[in-house]
Parts: sequence; structure tokens; C-alpha cells
Amino acid sequence: MTGRTRAIGMRLAQTVPVIIGVIVISFILTRALPGDPAVYFAGAMADEQSIQQVREALGLDKPLVTQFFLYVGDLAQGDLGRSISTGQPVLTDLAMRLPASLELTLSALVLSCLIAIPLGVLAAVRQGSWVDHLCRLLVTAGVSLPTFFTGIMLVYIFYYLLGWAPSPLGRLDFIYLEPPRVTGFFLIDSLLAGDPETFAAALRQLALPAITLALFTLAPIARMTRAAMLQALSSDYIRTARAAGLSRSKVLFGYGLRNALLPVVTTLGMVFSFVLGANVLVEKVFAWPGIGSYAVEALVASDYAAVQGFVLAMAFLFVTLNLIIDLSYALIDPRIGFDTK
Amino acid sequence: MTTNRRDFLKLTAAAGGAAMTPFAWATQAAAQGLDTMVVASGQTINSLDLHRTGTNRASYQVAINCYDRLVGFGSRQLPTGEMSYDYDTIVPELAESWVISDDGLVFTFTLKPGATFTDGSPVTAADVKWSFDRAVSVGGFPSTQMRAGGFFRPDQFEAVDDRTFVLRLDYPSKLSLPNLAVPVPFIINSAVAKANATEADPWATEYLHTNTAGSGAYTVTRWDQGQQIVYDRNDAWVGGPLPEIRRVIMREVPNNSTRRALIERGDVQVSFDIPDRDASELVGTVDVFSTPIENCIHCACLNTRFEPFQDPEVRKAIAYAMPYEAIFQSAAYGRGAPMWGGGTEITDTAWPRPFPYVTDMEKARAHLAASSFSAGFPVQMSISLDLASWMEPTALLIQESLGRIGITTTIERIPGANWRTVALVEKSLDFHLENFGGWLNTPDYYFFWAYQKDRLFNSSNYDNEEVHELTERSLHMSMDDPEWAPLVKRMFEIVIEDLPRIPLYQPALNVAVNGASGYEFWFHRQLDPRRMKGV
Repeated sequence: MTGRTRAIGMRLAQTVPVIIGVIVISFILTRALPGDPAVYFAGAMADEQSIQQVREALGLDKPLVTQFFLYVGDLAQGDLGRSISTGQPVLTDLAMRLPASLELTLSALVLSCLIAIPLGVLAAVRQGSWVDHLCRLLVTAGVSLPTFFTGIMLVYIFYYLLGWAPSPLGRLDFIYLEPPRVTGFFLIDSLLAGDPETFAAALRQLALPAITLALFTLAPIARMTRAAMLQALSSDYIRTARAAGLSRSKVLFGYGLRNALLPVVTTLGMVFSFVLGANVLVEKVFAWPGIGSYAVEALVASDYAAVQGFVLAMAFLFVTLNLIIDLSYALIDPRIGFDTK
Repeated sequence: MTTNRRDFLKLTAAAGGAAMTPFAWATQAAAQGLDTMVVASGQTINSLDLHRTGTNRASYQVAINCYDRLVGFGSRQLPTGEMSYDYDTIVPELAESWVISDDGLVFTFTLKPGATFTDGSPVTAADVKWSFDRAVSVGGFPSTQMRAGGFFRPDQFEAVDDRTFVLRLDYPSKLSLPNLAVPVPFIINSAVAKANATEADPWATEYLHTNTAGSGAYTVTRWDQGQQIVYDRNDAWVGGPLPEIRRVIMREVPNNSTRRALIERGDVQVSFDIPDRDASELVGTVDVFSTPIENCIHCACLNTRFEPFQDPEVRKAIAYAMPYEAIFQSAAYGRGAPMWGGGTEITDTAWPRPFPYVTDMEKARAHLAASSFSAGFPVQMSISLDLASWMEPTALLIQESLGRIGITTTIERIPGANWRTVALVEKSLDFHLENFGGWLNTPDYYFFWAYQKDRLFNSSNYDNEEVHELTERSLHMSMDDPEWAPLVKRMFEIVIEDLPRIPLYQPALNVAVNGASGYEFWFHRQLDPRRMKGV
């Protein structure tokens, strides 16, 4: 166990240069963005005098190097600066929006896995059967329909025509109040507060956007499960297991699926990190106050602090995610250990 | 801003009688007429303080709803039957009455006796003085707007006693009084603000950024940035008749299709600032208001720095080659007002006014043939990606039409963050689209920004001494002055002939309403719920 702790410590230590690199690069890249935030935020009617006032207020009149050290100094104190376009400290913005995005993405992925993994396994076991064709159909539909289209279609059918879904107005309908904040996940917070009504309301709001995203993420997971399962099932150890007379379920799940899970988990990690930052369109359709639309709007307005904060938060998230995935490899396949690396 | 959950629910329950659950409150509210109005808007509010650096246009509504000004505008019915604020009628808001000295230089305001801020303290002239000092001192947009009315320095403002406020001008101007009714000179509770000011932040911009301290018709109960803002009525408001709607919930819904579904289903009462296309398709389903935006024109601008555009024949050729009707139909879906095909004789001072040009390819060819560029020429047409919804179709139609008389255009799309710098500051775009609109509704104010030499919105680098002179003379002159109308008519004549800007159409502000009434258009292009009611 100590070996593993030390290995994790090593991994964490390796991330330090990565984070430093991200800080430097994000600082330089934001400054390289076209457009001048002082001009943008001074407003259309501004004259030279007011633009200069804004520039000084934002600290953009100082040399770049000074700006960088001021930024790093603030960062060391946990201050990510203030976003000009939302008017909030970036940390507040991230604390509010990241859980919203995480809740949506995680629910979508759980939903997606619940469908995609059994589907992939079945499709591999009964290759060429109707299940396989269904899998192929779903996968093709999932990737070929853009998320905003699926989203708008679901809103049209389930909200506009049938009236089953609540108004697509973000995380909670306006007649409910946010549960007291613990994790920032409304589903969890409302349960912690013992408020089943708000939980149900949050779940209803979450349903359509989560299904939209799940449809989109279904494809890579189902395809990867199917392919990995096929490969696993045709390998020698499965033949040996079958020859040894092990039960069908033991062969399938104990040896087949467990071995097939490695590439699936890898895909899952990739899909997760991709979707978290890239579900801007879903966020827009469902008025979801997530991190994707935040980043896009910050980029458009050359809102330096917000862009840097977003990049940094994502970098941390990726680092953590990779660590978790690496650890889960070791759980799934004991042959992969940290010690052997 | 720090309403906790229990208080909010208590309030909610109170609003709906003895309702026990939020749901029951909602149904009960519906039965009682419009108690709560839900508004869907695509814009985000980024501050509760208009004077702060970086505050966006959507946030102006907080200044309108939660603060008072000395004076406001009345309302009037437009020829189309829609209601609008009335630029020509100034009504009392916090001021009970005012006296203007004979030379027009000294304005003396008497404040209403019972006016209180939401913390219960009375509104005094000292608060007015402090707020005006703040508006001219913080810099940026608020100070620019104050200068338009002739307010430059704190020493122009004086609190004589608790209820008497005096404003002194350097020169008399017809823009001064209306400029007190725009959102910028709003009156802040200076005691609260000063208590929260610091040495580095003497104007309490940090505190007022997230808190309101006003005497307005509404107070902000909740503000979840990026999601919603909730206003509750201030029952002690004296600025005007008490609004009927007790609570206004503004939800941010960025996607247009979603907003359309919400308004059609009636889950929101107002969908604010919807695209022209949705407006044209929603007519008949819900109430749609498409009010042409005052003093705003979508133009094609010809930069005089570009050699072919220095030739008057070329400018006329382009004006005659513009596919006006097609642009109006496909870029604006027919919402707004046409700006072409006007009479050749200038008999009135209406502005924006249709110019006397129509789509006539024969005339266009003739004018081009008479120019020194009869063989045509290539030109780059620039549009802003932020405004692509109307600029893109317009640019494509113009490209196609100009191609037929031998002027080949390539379209350059410029990111929104860059647009202002290249188009307005550097004024380096040869041929481009532009959408300036002035808050103060007089033609000379438009000319000041868009036709005077070196002004920000004069992106064509237009430089005509007579226009410059006429604008200088008419800008502050009363519109009742017999000299004013001839000056303005002469200005019209020159720019119609010179064509630095070819007007295409006057855009509309589209608002869909389902289950509410009393909507009024305002020049600041934000929803004013104070005069709205149930159906």
C-alpha cells in the first residue's frame, strides 16, 4: 500500500510542471487573442479618455511581465481574478458553473453507460443479430445528430407538444429555490436537505439535457464495448475458460467483460473530458448555466481572467481524471501496477 | 441579495395567499391576474450598477427598475397602435417640479416630499448631488453619456437644502433635460453607498455591483448571475403610479428556439428581444410588438478614404443598386421600417427618414458609366460576426446585386471583439455595414455621432464642413426655435446627396407577449415592467 501511495505522490508531483506550463501558456494565449478588452468593455459610445480609464481600472496599462507576476501572485493566494463579462470573481463563477456542468455530464455518462455497455456486450455476443443492428442504428443516429438538434427536437416533442417535460429553464424551475449549497450538485444537495420535492424538480429539469448528451456519448462507448468484447471473446483465455467448463456468465462477465473494460474506461475518460467543455450547445438550448457557454462567452469578449480560470480549472480536472483512470486500470487489471512502471 | 430560502418561500406564500407549496402559489397567482411576471431574455446581466466599468446593456434594466431619476419620460401611442415612451414629454419621477432659468443655464429641482429609499431613509438633494458626482467622475460610458447633456464636473451640481437641487450648465442645451431621464443619472442612497466605500473605491462600485440602494419601483430580491434576476415591488414607491405586477422574474434563456417554445406555451409572459424571424412567425399566435428603434438605422457605409467612393457617381450607383426590398425581407423579415423610396422634397424633420433612392439597375449602371470607374472595381465589404444575423444576409444580397453592375465584392467577417477598433476607431473599412442608434431622439444628435468629422460612428470618414457647422449650430438649439427646422432640412439634403451612409432599413425591437399587457417600447431597449399589467 505504501508503494501505491508513493506512486500516487509521484504522479501528483509530475503534474506540477504541467500546471505551471498551463498557467504560462494560458496567460500568453489570452493576451494573443484578437481584440482589446478595454475597448470592448468601455462600451460602444466610449471615447479615448474613457477607454484609458477602463484600461487602467483593468490593470492592462502595465507591461505584460508585470501583469503576469501580479496574476501569479493573486493565483498563489487563490484569487483567480474577476471576470469582466459576468462581473463576478472567476472562482465564484467556476464554483457555480462547474458543478452544473459536472452534474449534467456525469448524469449523461451514467445514463449512457447503462445503455451502451449492455448494448455493446449483447451486440458482441450476438453478432449479426437484431441487437447488433439496433446497436449500430443507435450509434449511427447518436453521432450523426448534432446535440443542439437532438436537444431542440426533444424540447419540441416532450415540452412543446406533449407537455411532459418542465420548461427548459436551466437547473430548476423558477418556482423552486436552490437547495442549500453543499456539493453544488442539486440532486445531492436537495437529498441532503431532505427536500424530495426539489430533488424531483431538479431531476425533471435534468432529464432532457442528460438524455440529449447521453445520445451523443452513446456511440463511442457502445462501439468500444462491442469491439473490446469481440476481441476479448476471441482470445485464448476465453477458449481455455470455456474448455474448462466454466459457467457462461462467469466466462462472459468474469473474464470477457473485465478484460474488455480497459479500453472502455479509457474511452469514457476521453468522452467525459471532451463533453464537459464541449456541451455548449446543449447548455444554450436548455439555458443550463454551465462551464462551456461561460468559456465561449469569455473568449468572445477577450475576458482574460475568465478564460485563464477556465483553462486552469479544466487542466486540474484533466489531471485528476487521468489519475483516477490510471488507478482504476490497476483495479480492473491487477497486472497493471504502479510499481512495475 | 442575501435572501435565504425560508424568507423567499415566506414571501412566495404571502404573494399567493395561504399557499403551502410553491406550486400552489403559482396556480393561485395565475387565478388572481398577473401577480408574477416571468420574462425570458437572451441577454445576461453582469452588474447591478450601471456606472461600473464593464456593465453591459442588459444590466441597464436594474437602473431603470430599482432606481429613480429626477425625471422620466411619458408615454404615447405610435401610429402603428403600439405604445412607446414619449421623448417629448418629460414627467416627474423623484422631482416634484423644476424651474429652468430664462437663459436656460440653471435648473432648480424640488424633490417629492415623501420619497424614501428602500431602507426607509428619505431621498435628499445630497443623494442626488452624490449620484451625479459619481456619474461624471467614474469615467467610461456613464461619464460619456452625462457629457452629452452638458454635465461635465461635480461643481455643476449643488444641494441647496434637503429638497432643492440645482444644476448649472456651461451652455444651454435642449439635450440636458431629456438626458436626465436616460438610465445613467439614477439616484443612489449616498449614506448606504458611503458606508460601503473604501479609499480605493470611493464610489462604492464594489458594493453597488452586487447590491441596490435606490428608491425605485422594484428591488432586487435575488440575482443568480447567468441565470435569473428577481424583482419585488417597492410598495412605498412615489416615482409614479404603483406597478400592478408584484414580482418580475427575468430568466436568461440563450437559445432562441427554447424561448420561442416557452412563450408559445405561455410559461413565460414576455420573451424579450426576439429575432425578426421569430417575430414574423409568431404573429397571430401571441402578441408581437415590433417597434422600429428610434433614431437607429442599419446602413451600408462608403468610406471616403477608398478612392472609388470619392466619386459621387459611384456612390449614387451603389445607392441605386441596393436590393432594398430583398434585404428588408430576408435580413429583417419585414420587421422595422423601410428607409428607401422616400420623396425627393424635404418637407419635414422626421428622422430616420427614407432616402429618395430605390432599386433601379438602369440608373445604377448609368451613374457608374458616368463615373471614372465605369468598368467597375473590386472592393472588400466587412461585417461584424456579432451582428451576423442581419449583416450576413444583407452582405450576400448586396454582393450579388453589385456584381451585376460590375462591382465585385469580397465579404470579410470580423470578430466582434475587433469590430469596434477597426470600424469605428481606425475607420479603416472601405465598405461595411453599420447600425448606430442614438438614445436622445433628435436628428442633430444622430448627425453629431454619425456625420460629424472624426466622431466615433462616422465610420465613413465623412468630412463636410457645412454638415459639421450645421450640426454644431442645431445640436443644442431648441426644436421650437424657428431656425432649427431649416438647419436640419439642409443637413438632410446634403447627406442624401453625398451618401456617406446608405440607409437600408430601420430595425425593430421585437417583443413577444403572452398573458400580459401594457408593453411599451423604450429607447434603452430594455423591458420596463413598471407600466405592465395582466390581461
